[in-house]
Amino acid sequence: MGPEERSEKCRQVFALLSEYLDLELPPDACRDIETHLAGCPPCIEFAESLRKTVALCRHYRPAELPDPIGKQAREQLLEAYGKMLAGRKSVRGSE
Amino acid sequence: MEREAEVELARKLMAGEPEAFDRFVEHFRARIFHYSWLMCGQREDAEEVAQETLLRVFENFDQLHEAARVRPWVFRIAKNTCLMKRRRSTFAPRVELSLDDFLPAMDHDGGHRSLQIADWSAVPERQMLQSELKQALDRAIGALPEHYRSILLLRDVEELSTMEAAQILDLTEDVVRTRLHRARLAVRRSLDEYLRSGGLAPVAGGPPGGK
Repeated sequence: MGPEERSEKCRQVFALLSEYLDLELPPDACRDIETHLAGCPPCIEFAESLRKTVALCRHYRPAELPDPIGKQAREQLLEAYGKMLAGRKSVRGSE
Repeated sequence: MEREAEVELARKLMAGEPEAFDRFVEHFRARIFHYSWLMCGQREDAEEVAQETLLRVFENFDQLHEAARVRPWVFRIAKNTCLMKRRRSTFAPRVELSLDDFLPAMDHDGGHRSLQIADWSAVPERQMLQSELKQALDRAIGALPEHYRSILLLRDVEELSTMEAAQILDLTEDVVRTRLHRARLAVRRSLDEYLRSGGLAPVAGGPPGGK
């Protein structure tokens, strides 16, 4: 059975599921989707798998971390920070 | 690190309190590295992007007027640094994902309708317990076209808002929403295929623990 047999409502809900899960839909649209989900187990099942996909992404952390920062690279950043602070002080001092 | 803790570190650095420096560097270096590795595909590039981004962050820290905006601000710089890096390599042709491609097929069995998808009930949410599942997610995200991957990383991995992601990527919020949905659908389908192929077998040795 192909996707052509899905109801038009299922398709509408399918298109809006991320916005529904992200609470980015207006209250009316949200209620509309909830009414449909309450009577459509396949759409609930699909919505649940998408919700879990998002949950997994939120806990997705890299398999590898960068190598510890080298002394020279850290010095370069610290120097940039120091210069930025000094520049700010000199601007304030001249005001 | 929670966003509040991040903002507190930024506030301290803005106030000229250098004791926050090392924690800020360690935290953002790892995050930028992750993002740029997944965007650039090369570990060496990701290390360079992380360093160049942090350099620009510290050179311009006084342009961050609100500490609360530190994460989107840093990621905007990271995105631009990543793009510079990408320009030196060849771009893949732009592929668009179509919504209809992700509608799962249905089974009709005696009037009972069910989706042809995996059983997701055993999939953990809070922890990436099994390294195979993590690898499946690595592959799913890595296979996304770049302009979808970037949005998924910013919205769902870095947990930036739609508006923040739109500002970072110079897109409208509607485009971010549309692409995010398609990116999620693609990742969902890829994980679904992994689950249906027998992934996520029960782990021996009792209840799942931490990482």
